[in-house]
Amino acid sequence: MRLRFRFAKAGKVRWTSHRDVARMWERALRRVRVPVAYSGGFSPRPKLSFGLALPTGAESVAEYLDVELDGAADPAELAPLLSAALPVGVDVLGGVGDEGGSSLQNDVTACRWEIEIDGDLAPAVEAMLAADSVVITRQRKGQDVTDDIRPAIIRLEFADGVLAAELATQPRGLRPSELLAGLGFEPENARVRRTHQWIERDGARWEPIPLDATDAPLAFGRAS
Amino acid sequence: MSSLWPRIEPLLARVQKPARYIGCEDGAQAPRGGPGKVGWLLIYPDAYEVGLPNQGLQILYEILNERDHAFAERSYAPWPDMETLMRRRGVPLFSVDTHRAAADFDLLAFNLSAELVYTNVLNCIDLAGVPVRAERRGEEDLLVAAGGHCAFNPEPLADFVDLFVMGDGEEVVSEINSVVLEWKASGRTAGSRQAVLRRLAAVPGVYVPSMYDVAYDGPRLAAVTPRYPDVPERVEKRTISDLAAWPYPRRQLVPLTEVVHDRLNVEVFRGCTRGCRFCQAGMITRPVRERPADQVRAMVTEGLARTGHDEVALTSLSSADYSGIAGVVTDIINDPTCSGQVSVSLPSLRVDAFTVGVASEIQKVRRTGLTFAPEGGTWRMRQVINKLIREEDLYGAVDSAFSQGWQRVKLYFLTGLPTETDEDTLGIAELARNCVAVGHRYGRKVTVAASVGGFVPKPHTPFQWFGQDTVAELQRKINLLRDATRRDRGVALRWHDPKATLAEGIASRGDRRIGAVIEEVWWGGGTFQEWSEFFDLGRWEAAMAAHGLSIEWYVNRQRDEDEVLPWDHISAGLHRDFLWQDWQDALSHQGLEDCRWTPCYDCGACTGYGLEHVVASAVPPAGGSQGTGQDLSTGGAVPVELLPARVAATSAP
Ligand code: SF4
Repeated sequence: MRLRFRFAKAGKVRWTSHRDVARMWERALRRVRVPVAYSGGFSPRPKLSFGLALPTGAESVAEYLDVELDGAADPAELAPLLSAALPVGVDVLGGVGDEGGSSLQNDVTACRWEIEIDGDLAPAVEAMLAADSVVITRQRKGQDVTDDIRPAIIRLEFADGVLAAELATQPRGLRPSELLAGLGFEPENARVRRTHQWIERDGARWEPIPLDATDAPLAFGRAS
Repeated sequence: MSSLWPRIEPLLARVQKPARYIGCEDGAQAPRGGPGKVGWLLIYPDAYEVGLPNQGLQILYEILNERDHAFAERSYAPWPDMETLMRRRGVPLFSVDTHRAAADFDLLAFNLSAELVYTNVLNCIDLAGVPVRAERRGEEDLLVAAGGHCAFNPEPLADFVDLFVMGDGEEVVSEINSVVLEWKASGRTAGSRQAVLRRLAAVPGVYVPSMYDVAYDGPRLAAVTPRYPDVPERVEKRTISDLAAWPYPRRQLVPLTEVVHDRLNVEVFRGCTRGCRFCQAGMITRPVRERPADQVRAMVTEGLARTGHDEVALTSLSSADYSGIAGVVTDIINDPTCSGQVSVSLPSLRVDAFTVGVASEIQKVRRTGLTFAPEGGTWRMRQVINKLIREEDLYGAVDSAFSQGWQRVKLYFLTGLPTETDEDTLGIAELARNCVAVGHRYGRKVTVAASVGGFVPKPHTPFQWFGQDTVAELQRKINLLRDATRRDRGVALRWHDPKATLAEGIASRGDRRIGAVIEEVWWGGGTFQEWSEFFDLGRWEAAMAAHGLSIEWYVNRQRDEDEVLPWDHISAGLHRDFLWQDWQDALSHQGLEDCRWTPCYDCGACTGYGLEHVVASAVPPAGGSQGTGQDLSTGGAVPVELLPARVAATSAP
């Protein structure tokens, strides 16, 4: 059986890395005694797979994790126990169980981000949307590559100091920091939050695990 | 006392590993301060990932936070990228627990685990906004304290630290706390800083360097004498007699980010009586005090359940010597709450087949590699350093490791030891080669990693009189070994930079005059000297020259019996005569058996304090220990069964 959880990452803990989050989950699953399946061999690893990495420093209410089980468990029952076993700021928002199969890495086609900005980005956003191409130089695997990022920008709006952006993750993902660079705006410390990850199925768009009110400021406003 | 977090957070997007600065570990506390409490900022003066696992610091963190009149938080040396931003923005050193400024505390308390962190100590004091030199501090400034193994030669840091703590800190921190609390309550009036320091100097185990005059006779130290009658001539270390009374840490910190020893640690005993002559830790922590097996089991079970760790280390200076180790390990492995996914590690394995048996039991899950520390390449050398491992024991251990499925064995050696000849040095290559030959008996492709460190003589050991090898000599020996192992497939040689060994030597046996050198290296930007990317011997050489101090005199010179040593006014319990006699025995390569099961040599560690070893077992462990229950006459004999394999190995291309 496979369990899929949706979780939030907010507050000070947002400064931990993707790998750190993986280790937090391994420990939490052991503390709650979830019957996680392990790989074989001399150094067995728990079978966990995370979706698209969240940049260190970003917050999120739309992180996902798949856990392969050796047995069965009820995700709804586990969710609060796992939240309690995870560090402050990492909260489980929902869970489902299925037979496994498709991976988050392959299925997610777009992410929605909210970026708090001190300043007026409206003119830059307008210009970007009007442009046919937006070419930036960015780093990929340690190399500088020059790309047109315009096709990856699905939606973009700026209102009340918040830049809301929906960015494609395939074929080559666009990161919030790269979007900001494309807008000619590189703040020292923009508050970045992932609000949705979208998958496409049967010609429609879905969240892997929807929330009733994803746009509510869930888990935010906590001590930070 | 407000949080600096709003000023710290904007810096985090611009530094490497920002999680070093956030705290939030499971087990972290957010204590309240207040006028009725003494605030301690416990600092490990190295990177967060090195300092966080430090058990000594975590123990004091819990003990102080349990006291009514104390609170404690933690800090680590900010990495240079962070330091630059902090200095530019005027952000002072802060605690990771509640992100309070260092100046909001009453004491900065440093853990000194290595000499090369000394420049980081100065840097942290400076980042705290406190004058680096103790003499420039006034009533408004906090107190700077330091403890840990390196504190046993406090002199190199004497100009910068107000008070040192010798030995176990569990009890003495409360006594210090009471004295500082009164000072705080009295309003720190003019002149009171001197008074509080003088009162602290009278607390057993506390050394206040400013209460002592230092006299020189030319380059030599003549005497270190107390300035007042109520200040002790000699500061005796503190020793807790019963480890069972201190089951700490109770809530070991679980970091959110990667650290050096990411596992549960349970201390099974303190102290060591194997008497390895190069080992400062073994000498200064005597006598042996074991934790009762039931308490060990309880700490392991509760710790694993609480933290979710999948590895537990049973820590001590030689954990296989713990009475009934096999039973404890089996219980942990078979504990249903561990569900078969927990591995146990025993840092510093004893070298014998019995130990490997235990190791194979506990590493069923993850079999990475086994580490042994024969330290010397020949039996003669090992008798000099009193590491009484017979050839037979080593090959037996390696044999059982390879036969039980390990493919990698790591061996630790020292070079630059007293009386070492090239034959002894080359013995390292020979041993490693023989271990590979043992592996070939099992038809496996095995690796033997031989890691060679340069020896630095340490205070309070029988080798404290020995003249350390020069950089050139250490390098020559390393080159010998490189040449000797070049064609040995299966032997991987690694070595420590002899230049770093030299810098460590300057600080290890330095006197007060070395303080100016440390200050100069720090002032020039020489922090994080433990890290090869920042270490720079040139800074140390230039600073020594600038202060007219000779490296040869401080590091490479052999000391005489009657020379006043800079730490002679500090006592780790060991009689000077005992150490000198042991030094003489070393020079005539005489071994000394483990005193846990043989008559006492009256080194002073037990006798002087009216203590005894606390060991559950009246007999030495299976496999013997340092000669007890062993026939040492065969120490250097290579076991017969190894010989044919050896020939085969050496004739291979
Ligand atoms: S006093 Fe005796 S028994 Fe105690 S550590 Fe020293 S030699 Fe060993």
